[in-house]
Amino acid sequence: MAKHTLSVLVENHPGVLSRVSGLFSRRGFNIESLAVGITENPEISRMTIVVDGDDHTVEQVSKQLNKLIDVIKVKELDDAESVRRELALIKVTATASTRSEIVQLVEIFRAKIIDVSKNTLTIEISGDSEKVSALEDMLRQFGIKEIVRTGIIALERGNKVIKNNNGEE
Amino acid sequence: MELTGAQAIVKALEMENVKVIFGYPGAAICPFYDALMDSNIKHVLTRHEQGAVHAANGYARVTGTTGVCVATSGPGATNTITGIATAYMDSIPVVVITGQVSTEQIGKDVFQEADITGATAPFCKHNYLVKQAEELPRIVREAFHIASTGRPGPVLIDVPIDVQTRKIKFNYPDTVDIQGYKPNYKGHPIQIRKIAEALRKAKAPVICAGGGIINANASEDLVMLAEKCSIPVTTTLMGIGCIPSSHPLNLGMLGSHGVFAANYAIHHADLVVIMGARVGDRAMGTASKIAEKADIIHIDIDPAEIGKNVEVSIPVVGDVGLILRELLDLVTRGDVDRWIETLERVKREHPLKHADYTDSETVKPQYLISTLSEMAGDDAIVTTEVGQNQIWAANYYKVKHPRKFFTSGGMGTMGYGLPAAVGAKIASPHSTVITISGDGSFQMSMQELGTMRQNNLGIKIVILNNSGLGMVRELQKNKYRRRYYQVSMENNPDFVRLAEAYGFRGERITCNSEVREALERMLADDSPYILECIVDPEEPTL
Ligand SMILES: Cc1ncc(C[n+]2csc(CCOP(=O)(O)OP(=O)(O)O)c2C)c(N)n1
Repeated sequence: MAKHTLSVLVENHPGVLSRVSGLFSRRGFNIESLAVGITENPEISRMTIVVDGDDHTVEQVSKQLNKLIDVIKVKELDDAESVRRELALIKVTATASTRSEIVQLVEIFRAKIIDVSKNTLTIEISGDSEKVSALEDMLRQFGIKEIVRTGIIALERGNKVIKNNNGEE
Repeated sequence: MELTGAQAIVKALEMENVKVIFGYPGAAICPFYDALMDSNIKHVLTRHEQGAVHAANGYARVTGTTGVCVATSGPGATNTITGIATAYMDSIPVVVITGQVSTEQIGKDVFQEADITGATAPFCKHNYLVKQAEELPRIVREAFHIASTGRPGPVLIDVPIDVQTRKIKFNYPDTVDIQGYKPNYKGHPIQIRKIAEALRKAKAPVICAGGGIINANASEDLVMLAEKCSIPVTTTLMGIGCIPSSHPLNLGMLGSHGVFAANYAIHHADLVVIMGARVGDRAMGTASKIAEKADIIHIDIDPAEIGKNVEVSIPVVGDVGLILRELLDLVTRGDVDRWIETLERVKREHPLKHADYTDSETVKPQYLISTLSEMAGDDAIVTTEVGQNQIWAANYYKVKHPRKFFTSGGMGTMGYGLPAAVGAKIASPHSTVITISGDGSFQMSMQELGTMRQNNLGIKIVILNNSGLGMVRELQKNKYRRRYYQVSMENNPDFVRLAEAYGFRGERITCNSEVREALERMLADDSPYILECIVDPEEPTL
């Protein structure tokens, strides 16, 4: 099944997140990831939701989201027409003998080391999901102790913006 | 003007022109009741909060306005849930106001606390937990707007007790502006022209009309279109009444419990025009098969319904009344004579069974209901329960006008009929109001006899007593090798004496020859009446 990225502008009210996530479970839609934060307008939050499903399912998801009163605008982002990023923090076991190899990997991936202890390194990486997964794969041999990922956030390329007045963009 | 939050709600209800509220008090909603006492709004005390929501539902369906009901926090609020879900599935505008524990106690599991906004989110068009008393006027205004516009539905407002007592400046907003809620009423002109074209070309068109026609007050427009183009019409359960039952172009109800001719038409059509209906499984369970043969036009106010259950060739989002009126100017009659002839023949060959008099040892519900619809007059309002009684009522009661036949279509909620009749009778005191019931369903809401009594409501209750849960029994008969289990209610109360206990008249009849005279007695005046009819448990639904 294909993955689709939806950008959703919602009222920044308590309870909105539970309405949205409740809708997904109730209607049997699969969320791959959901990231949310406020926008340039503090009354509005923006969710980026990655959905697993065929075109029919995604159309239904959009329509059902639009029915929620707190949802202001839903837009599916075209992969090629948008920039997508995910942030991950990875805590990996590091011994005297592996430490330099890990540091090298981090450089190749243009990631960052943000915390160091006697036997661990914590790495910050951002990029598309594939890049994050690739680094994760490479680090696995050293022993990953913990990992946290934000889920995808995305914006359209170029001039395009999602306006919050209905219909137009 | 300085008001308490509770007074502000009452004031806002007055501004919304609310005349009647159905409800049930409790501690957390007492400030509201205290304020309501000083208002001209009538309050009807039901015997259960579910009954209050169903009554508001019946009231809304008669008047075409938004029904209002009230309950206290905790169990009062949770008791409304089935009523809310019932209104939601049938797109009925209802505003539900619930009391809540005080804001600083929320989340602490204090006495009678229930997260009712969380619990009802799946069944509400929208809901509010009011944290700031200042927001009350705006929220009430929005709630009525949301409930009654677009695709109507229930909206719940949960008001903590301290919000009800706090003083605020009352300013009622003139307008509503909700960024994420702008229903679209006007159908796209290109799509409308496409429909006109398709109707002209079709050789075997059929209209499938749902409750949306009634919600949009578009029944007359529908009939005009059908007549102008000679298009036969079948209705869903919710659409009953949008075209008179006896109209020559009305084929009757479609679906798994529908009329043969209606289903024949749907399955042999080359064009199916779905209007204000959601292609539910009970009406169009074979939608994909239908779509293989026919082009499908779907007109609905809710974009999410279009394409949800069937692939549509011409989708149109908008108010079905506006769209019908635009279509009326564009359409011409197609070449449909052979199709109409065929359907006439199918109707003749497959009439409804048992509608005419047959001597029998029990009361034939089909005969009873046909006779009732003849005798009750065009303006009578009928509500039904759920089960075989619902299907018999749907197929045999001849409804002449919209907003006269109410049933729980989407949810199939037993216990709907009597409280819905309470709401209907309050809304239209001079109409004959009849509820057609089964012995099982009746007992789910029979406490509302008390509401009838207290408010002198002359509702006519017809109980089809087959000593059990007829429709489930029939299912066990056909699908579970007659292993009947938990479907018999042998020790039903004496319904006639039950009527008497409430000061009503009651009567029991056991065979068809008694039907006419009993109905005459029941309908002779406007007093409450229970007519218990003994029905054979083996009587099949179809
Ligand atoms: C609240 C609720 N509980 C259970 C059901 C399942 N159900 C559907 S029809 C039916 C039997 C109804 O019995 P009765 O009211 O006597 O009507 P009859 O079928 O005998 O006419 C039941 C139990 C339901 N629809 N609603």
